[in-house]
Amino acid sequence: MDIILLLFIFVIAAFLGKELISKVPSQLHTPLMAATNAISGIAIVGALFVCATYATGELGMILSFIAIILAAINIVGGYSVTERMLGMFRKKGDKE
Amino acid sequence: MVIAYIIACVFFIVGIKKLNHPNTARQGNMLSAFGMLIAVVAVFFESEVTASWNTSNWVQNGYLWCFLAIAIGSAIGLVWSKKVKMTGMPELVAIYNGFGGLASALVAFSQFLKDPDGSNMSEAIAIGLTIFIGSMAFSGSMLAFGKLSERITGRAIVFKGQKAINLVFVLACVAGMIIYVIPGIDTGTKFLAIVMLTAISLIFGVTFVLPIGGGDMPVVISLMNSLSGLAVVSAGFIISNTVLIVSGSLVGASGIILTLIMCKAMNRSIGNLLFSGFGATDAVSKGGPQSEPKAVSTEDAYLILEAAGSVVFIPGYGMAVAQAQHVVKELAEKLEENGAEVSFAVHPVAGRMPGHMNVLLAEADVPYEQLKTMEEINPSMPTQDVAIVIGANDVVNPAAETDEASPIYGMPIIKAHEARTVFVLKRGKGRGFSGIDNELFYMQNTLMVYGDAKATISSLAGEFTAN
Repeated sequence: MDIILLLFIFVIAAFLGKELISKVPSQLHTPLMAATNAISGIAIVGALFVCATYATGELGMILSFIAIILAAINIVGGYSVTERMLGMFRKKGDKE
Repeated sequence: MVIAYIIACVFFIVGIKKLNHPNTARQGNMLSAFGMLIAVVAVFFESEVTASWNTSNWVQNGYLWCFLAIAIGSAIGLVWSKKVKMTGMPELVAIYNGFGGLASALVAFSQFLKDPDGSNMSEAIAIGLTIFIGSMAFSGSMLAFGKLSERITGRAIVFKGQKAINLVFVLACVAGMIIYVIPGIDTGTKFLAIVMLTAISLIFGVTFVLPIGGGDMPVVISLMNSLSGLAVVSAGFIISNTVLIVSGSLVGASGIILTLIMCKAMNRSIGNLLFSGFGATDAVSKGGPQSEPKAVSTEDAYLILEAAGSVVFIPGYGMAVAQAQHVVKELAEKLEENGAEVSFAVHPVAGRMPGHMNVLLAEADVPYEQLKTMEEINPSMPTQDVAIVIGANDVVNPAAETDEASPIYGMPIIKAHEARTVFVLKRGKGRGFSGIDNELFYMQNTLMVYGDAKATISSLAGEFTAN
């Protein structure tokens, strides 16, 4: 894809991110960080592609295999721990 | 498949948007996770990937390896996230930051193997950048993890010429990238350049975080969070994938915003924070204290609390260390039964990561309406009967407002000293983490309760039950 177009997407997304994140209240900052950890696991898309297509030989295969494991830890662990934390936030009077 | 990626992006965006309130946050998290599922499934339907389907030789079937790696990673991630204690969240997030960065760097490295000549200039630049940012985020985060878990001293480690060395490292990395990008250089040299770039980026991550002390960890974690996001963005440029760029930008923006919030809460510029080695200052602003702080026994403290109509708890990292959040909640309940109005004042940099205290108190079932930010609580401070400072120090130091010579001068604080009576729960008589003497301890209305915070609080709660 055209590099300029990609840069354009990046700039728009960065501004969007700024708007979205500044509305997250400080009490949710720790869950926010865990959730963004999970989202950064999206690098798995690139790793899966390399691993599945065997595009770069054995070394590339091994590296991408490790990358998938790391990204999967981030994704599953990140979402699961965020869920755990958010489950603890409750209003007055809420009981389990 | 591009459509699937766009849908995934939408889920991420809506998911983060719903994180703006505790009521909708869980739903947001689910949506975001669903978006991730869509993106991952979509990869397996990419035409180049489906072409790798090979039933005659399973070992060469890409799907097998992908599923195996996903299964391993998911299992580790799941078990870990269930087992981690809430007080261990900063360490966990530090590790995730590192893994995110390393995953991107590995993707970049394997793309480099595909194109060792750097023939596509924009792709080659992105490869160099991803390796640099990703490796740095990895080693920096691992060091942050070491500091947080106290495997490595939390003190800032400063040595002479540190800044100069870091500058040399950055220049070396830039040189490595340039060698890889410009055409006409032989492949062997380019290979060496990228290996050097990887190695130096890893070292640079360490030398970058070393001079930052444990008390400044909220900033480091936020910054590494941001770097891991930027590494993903950069990886997106390599493989021309928009979902990587969009989601990486969201993560990057989040990290940067948190970094700036933390810096503002410490009244320090980001440059000052990263390069000055704050925690290393062993110089103390004042010599001898004016007088000994007044100490009080838990029995006497109970009598004051019993008569209090309003109580505000001010937790700090010490509460996390003492694992005192549950007993704090117990005491808060006893106080409420006794007719007092209870609130919790959370300073933005209390603890070791943004929002650390909120999560701990939420774990102990403190309803989130009782958690007040610094801005919310300060105006009502003079009307509070009792302020209980638990393991917090710099964030309640009035010197930040009055003493221009103090290293923390200008930092916004929770004005605990304005409360009618202040209890400071402290392990011993030593100075706090930053090594700065705290005027609050010597004030007329301040009473020190020495001892383990958890033991102190539970004996206070015990007094309520007994009487």
